Amino acid sequence: MEKVSTITGVAVPFRRSNVDTDQIIPAVFLKRVTKTGYDDALFSAWRQDPEFILNQPAYANPRILIAGPDFGTGSSREHAVWALRDFGFRAVISPKFADIFRGNAGKQGLLTGVVDEPTVERLWAELEASPGLEATVDLEARTVTVGNVSVRFEIDDYTRWRLLEGLDDIGLTLRDEQAITDFESRREAWRPTTLPAR
Amino acid sequence: MTDSSPAAPRPRTLAEKVWDAHVVSKGQNGEPDLIYIDLHLVHEVTSPQAFDGLRMAGRPVRRPDLTIATEDHNTPTLAIDKPIAEPTSRKQIETLRANCAEFGIRLHSLGDIEQGIVHVVGPQLGLTMPGITVVCGDSHTSTHGAFGAMAFGIGTSEVEHVLATQTLPLKPFKTMAITVEGELKPGVTAKDIILAVIAKIGTGGGQGYVLEYRGSAIRSLSMDGRMTICNMSIEAGARAGMVAPDETTFAYLKGRPHAPQGADWDAAVEYWRTLATDDDAVFDAEVFLDANELEPFVTWGTNPGQGISLSQTVPDPAAIADPNERAAAERALEYMALTPGTPMKEIPVDVVFMGSCTNSRLDDLRAFASIIKGKKKAEGVDVIVVPGSARVRIEAEAEGIDKIVEEFGGEWRFAGCSMCLGMNPDQLQPGQRSASTSNRNFEGRQGKGGRTHLVSPLVAASTAVRGTLSSVADLVADGHEVDARYVSIEGATV
Repeated sequence: MEKVSTITGVAVPFRRSNVDTDQIIPAVFLKRVTKTGYDDALFSAWRQDPEFILNQPAYANPRILIAGPDFGTGSSREHAVWALRDFGFRAVISPKFADIFRGNAGKQGLLTGVVDEPTVERLWAELEASPGLEATVDLEARTVTVGNVSVRFEIDDYTRWRLLEGLDDIGLTLRDEQAITDFESRREAWRPTTLPAR
Repeated sequence: MTDSSPAAPRPRTLAEKVWDAHVVSKGQNGEPDLIYIDLHLVHEVTSPQAFDGLRMAGRPVRRPDLTIATEDHNTPTLAIDKPIAEPTSRKQIETLRANCAEFGIRLHSLGDIEQGIVHVVGPQLGLTMPGITVVCGDSHTSTHGAFGAMAFGIGTSEVEHVLATQTLPLKPFKTMAITVEGELKPGVTAKDIILAVIAKIGTGGGQGYVLEYRGSAIRSLSMDGRMTICNMSIEAGARAGMVAPDETTFAYLKGRPHAPQGADWDAAVEYWRTLATDDDAVFDAEVFLDANELEPFVTWGTNPGQGISLSQTVPDPAAIADPNERAAAERALEYMALTPGTPMKEIPVDVVFMGSCTNSRLDDLRAFASIIKGKKKAEGVDVIVVPGSARVRIEAEAEGIDKIVEEFGGEWRFAGCSMCLGMNPDQLQPGQRSASTSNRNFEGRQGKGGRTHLVSPLVAASTAVRGTLSSVADLVADGHEVDARYVSIEGATV
């Protein structure tokens, strides 16, 4: 997992609440065999509408999504995070996230920051005044800055540390790789091996 | 320490001994232990995103020599020399082949003698052995516990974790003893034991537990029978099921391709003998079953806990006190199109499926064949026999079982998961009813609208002969010649 510290890029004022994971990525895309390549699947139903915000040229290469409350509710599918990431998003800011979605995001390098609803309104107003405006999310300082507005967001210490260090579950385990190697050196000769094939 | 005598070791169960021997690092403050995995089994359905995750992170497979893959869920059981017709199935198989080539993993593909259901392949190669940890992205991994291994199913993210680190962070478990004492009546088998256990403790009764099957009835089972029992531990909600290794286990393993040899074998057996649960160890829960009282069992509903003796009638939901269970029973009977009070033995079936990781080993096929030998299947019933692996198929053919099935009017197929879950073309049609030796009777499991009755190979065979759900004793009552092993001295009482 890449280390995350400062994310700068086009921010999208996403005036929607209760964005569930079926809207983020419909079930029809879950049959695939990859963990990448879901950019076409993101919000695929809404993207049929030419007026949809992500179809606007000003938001062609977005990095930060500023959404309404209850983002990521519903199905536990990890694909929702993969789709956001594949589309280019590196951070989502919302007044409230669904627990499973937030857990999945933290494990896969997608930053989720919580701000209160009035703050989201201020960020939306700033972004809507100049479509395509870049924002900066500073994980070290826990701030998101849009134009002249700079606000703090909440993220738990553990997830923040993991993102700053670039540690996914596997990375965390491998921090103690020596313990695994030591264990392997004690492994008895009778235990099975699949190679060479017999 | 003032006392110079060594402290007596804490008495432990089989499961605790295997766990303790695999702790890489102990979790602090309620965090999980890091557990070493001895054997990782891989198949095409739950592995693609795990390999993709490795690729994205630039990580290798840590121990290809502790990993083995086979193709089973999507593989056809007919015309296996032709390309797989269904594009999603073909894609999953092709992806597994590419991933195994890229990451250096041993793969047994369709057409290979070791190809087959992942839970049949591990044991037949001698890779599954006592005292090891086994994982696979498949809930029926519990099968391997029959050897005294700790074996459980995992999700795709965990598959990736094991591929990368050969370990898993795991929370501790509780232990439950399932003691089955006594002698099974003729015609009563391992499958009937486990269906009775699940009916007794419920589909959630094992949640959070590792089950240990004990008692004289378990000890007297072959390894194939023990695998049938451990296989369905997951249907009781348990994380794993285990049987302590004994002479039966050692005799099964000795000489298999990957079993230890020479001095390693001696060291292994010496260690394996220490694994049995200590006499004074305490289980968190205990369940007892009287083997003498067991009869052939069958499910009537849409979960594996909805089962009764074959000699009983379809239960009446109105008689169920618990309102949730009553509502579930009403829904199940509606889906199954059954009327309360109907004798189970009067229920006609359209399809008999003999196969799956629960009952597709040589013992199972022999039992099935011994009943149908020299007979003709009931009119209008399709009989599909799917060996668990290509090797089992060849071994069965050496005994003439293929000919027995064909002369009976049944279909002798190639190995795979097949109609257990219908990911390949082997599916029930809407409204069709099966007697199936598999493990799940969920709505639509064997095909949309299909209705499943879970049964043993002996009941499946008897049903195929008579056309309605039947026991071996019913065949005897009809005047059929039946293998003496399956006839009780008092006559057809079962």
